[in-house]
Amino acid sequence: MASAIHLTRPGLPAAARQSRRSASWITLAAALVSLIALLPLAFIVWTAIQTGWGTVLALIFRPRVGELLVNTILLVVVSVPVAIVLSVALAWLIERSDLPGNRLWSWLSVAPLAIPAFVHSYAWISLVPGLHGLWAGVLVSVIAYFPFLYLPIAAALRRLDPALEDAAAALGLGPWRVFARVVLPQLRLAICGGSLLVGLHLLAEYGLFVFIRFDTFTTAIVDQFQSTFNGPAANMLAAVLVACCFVLLAVEVVVRGEERYARVGSGAARQQQRVRLGHATLPCLLLPAITALLTLGVPFVTVGRWLLAGGADIWRWDEIGLALGQTLFLAIAGALLATVAAMPMAWISIRAPSPLQRLLESCNYIVGSLPGVVIALALVTITVRIALPLYQTLFTILFGYALMFLPRALVSLRASIAQAPVELERAASSLGRPPLRALWATTIRLSAPGAAAGMAMVALGITNELTATQMLAPNGTRTLAMAFWSYSGEIDYASAAPYALIMVAMSLPMTLMLYVQSKRMAGR
Amino acid sequence: MKYALSTLAGAVALTASLVVAPALAENAGIIVYNAQHESLAKEWAKGFTKETGIKVTLRNGGDSDFSNQIVAEGAASPADVFLTENSPAMALVEAAGLFAPVDADTLAQVPQEYQPSSGKWVGVAARSTVFAYNKDKLKEDQLPKSLLDLADPSWKGRWAASPSGADFQAIVSALLELKGEAATADWLKAMKENSTAYKGNSTVMKAVNAGEIDGGVIYHYYYFGDQAKTGENSKSVGLHYFKNQDPGAFVSISGGGVLASSKHPKEAQAFLKWVTGKGGQEVLKTGTSYEYAVGKGEESNPKLVPLTDLQAPKVDPVKLNSKKVIDLMTQAGLL
Repeated sequence: MASAIHLTRPGLPAAARQSRRSASWITLAAALVSLIALLPLAFIVWTAIQTGWGTVLALIFRPRVGELLVNTILLVVVSVPVAIVLSVALAWLIERSDLPGNRLWSWLSVAPLAIPAFVHSYAWISLVPGLHGLWAGVLVSVIAYFPFLYLPIAAALRRLDPALEDAAAALGLGPWRVFARVVLPQLRLAICGGSLLVGLHLLAEYGLFVFIRFDTFTTAIVDQFQSTFNGPAANMLAAVLVACCFVLLAVEVVVRGEERYARVGSGAARQQQRVRLGHATLPCLLLPAITALLTLGVPFVTVGRWLLAGGADIWRWDEIGLALGQTLFLAIAGALLATVAAMPMAWISIRAPSPLQRLLESCNYIVGSLPGVVIALALVTITVRIALPLYQTLFTILFGYALMFLPRALVSLRASIAQAPVELERAASSLGRPPLRALWATTIRLSAPGAAAGMAMVALGITNELTATQMLAPNGTRTLAMAFWSYSGEIDYASAAPYALIMVAMSLPMTLMLYVQSKRMAGR
Repeated sequence: MKYALSTLAGAVALTASLVVAPALAENAGIIVYNAQHESLAKEWAKGFTKETGIKVTLRNGGDSDFSNQIVAEGAASPADVFLTENSPAMALVEAAGLFAPVDADTLAQVPQEYQPSSGKWVGVAARSTVFAYNKDKLKEDQLPKSLLDLADPSWKGRWAASPSGADFQAIVSALLELKGEAATADWLKAMKENSTAYKGNSTVMKAVNAGEIDGGVIYHYYYFGDQAKTGENSKSVGLHYFKNQDPGAFVSISGGGVLASSKHPKEAQAFLKWVTGKGGQEVLKTGTSYEYAVGKGEESNPKLVPLTDLQAPKVDPVKLNSKKVIDLMTQAGLL
């Protein structure tokens, strides 16, 4: 198509010129979004400078920060490996062995994602009231977040080429060694990505750890915020938390390394053979069964028990309806904003990749990996000091959501834009559509499924977001998560139960979509 | 997909009109930054709106974050009225000069001892410090005579509090005012050694009830509220009142004030008058909050130990300093 234009119009073809011009506009938009995304980071640096080094050092180098650092590091260092072992074992049993009912188990291993982490914690604390401290933190964290590891590991296992394993076996390695030397290395990317996700969630999580009385940086920042609104102590704790995030990101890059594992040459991978478990079937069944019991059984039994105990009184429909409406509105509007903001970046990352673009894109990912409490703290202070008309407005909260969840939208959009053929865009241009109209008529429409998937992911995040909503929302806002939190804080577990149930019900379809998408990516 | 998108857009527009429109309409009324218990403030707002037709929008939060927030917002604060659970938060806003004087006939409804000497805000309810203890673990002669006794090494690992909450910080601010900075810093240091931190007074009481800990410093009404419901979290709990003008006998005054920047000062003053008057105080007596009524001639719930029997230390609430308390608690490693 492009060559045809060349023939008819010598020199720089108008369509190409036009499309180059539109590309630069889009790049500009992407750059703008990325710069805005850096706002919270810039803010933290600015606060540190404003506070003065003496105070900064006094606030950072004190025993309390040491305690929090030890708590936070121990939590990540213990929980992530436990979650890896659990996820690999589950994924292998479900994908590579003849475990009975593996479709069902595969489902049940993803389903805990539909339950917000603080609802998991609520369920556990009302079942075992004395639960607290590091081990409780590890238990509930693994339960709430291991599917982030299970999903990519299971997908990777499904895609493995059995020829490598056969070769290793033919060279005389026993089954365990084959697993350790051939299978496990091929899972490295999935494990690294999943671990990073789990680690970042652990750094950001608030409600889960408050219930079981385990202090992390995030809970301490909220404590400080509640004591001083936006004092330097809270902001310096946030700076340390950001440093923790960067360390995690760096560790992941180092561990991931550069190696790739892939087939070389043509041909299709053979179907995998499932390993026969034989006598080990029953003991092996225990693992997914116990996991399902802990991750799904406990929340359902506890929520159910409180619903029964509370009776009809706890279904205050006017209150619930209002919270549901507000939550839906914030989730949909935030998802739209995040998707629109992600579009330019997604487009240039596929159509016009460059070192600059990669740099800009990484800005978005870094900010998206920061805990919501850090972003919220920054936006509160910025709006109250500099942009007061925006303070506590719908705009600011949606803006905060967009910053926090932009990467979710970006990832899905990129994947679907990559599948939309560029030729259509060019054809539309050559048929005389102005560049942006051409883009709208072709690529944007074709990427709609990806956009929808990304939006759903963003909406899921917003529905379960607690701290940022509390800090940024306009007067009179009361989301499901806020209502749940306020009741459970007064130990009115029964009144909190309907909100827990509704949040789980809302998250289910999105979890289903994640599950289906991971299957599709693995080619099945 | 086009239909899907337009359906989505339609859904957004619909939800927007359902949610945002009423929120905008409510701007006709007053905005209350409410740090009081949500259920209590809701009762107050409902009763007031029913009587006057003036709408009330509540923004719920805590004492300290709201007081600091109002100071940060300054004259641009959207709030008309500020309600707290404790006095230090009111003192902070007052010190920043952001309160309008309370109408004289409102002040006249509340005795002198339950309002600040300045008349910039007014007491709307009160709460007493107690030591809630597990009756199976502690006998009466083992109870601390004074709040200061809890600094003794013999109490190590045996008592709890919720240091991140404004309730407890108010008690510390009374201690600061009564005993001075050095004594308070020492006591807080000992507290970091001896006590277990919980989030929220209800959680402290729950732990005491379960025997996880011997006792905890909380306010009185958590116990009565739970007793009135199922008693599930207070079956084994006893309440110890320190009395004798001890810092631990501190009675914290919940305050209400009208902001100088309010765009609806008349309505805001009317709200405060209603809350401190017959209607508002009646809610305290008959409702489920179990806080003390402070209005002249108003009675508290008969289940409570009368306010006048508590032998509380005399503290002018204007002098309670929350900022200093936060600094001291941060230095002690409690925050």
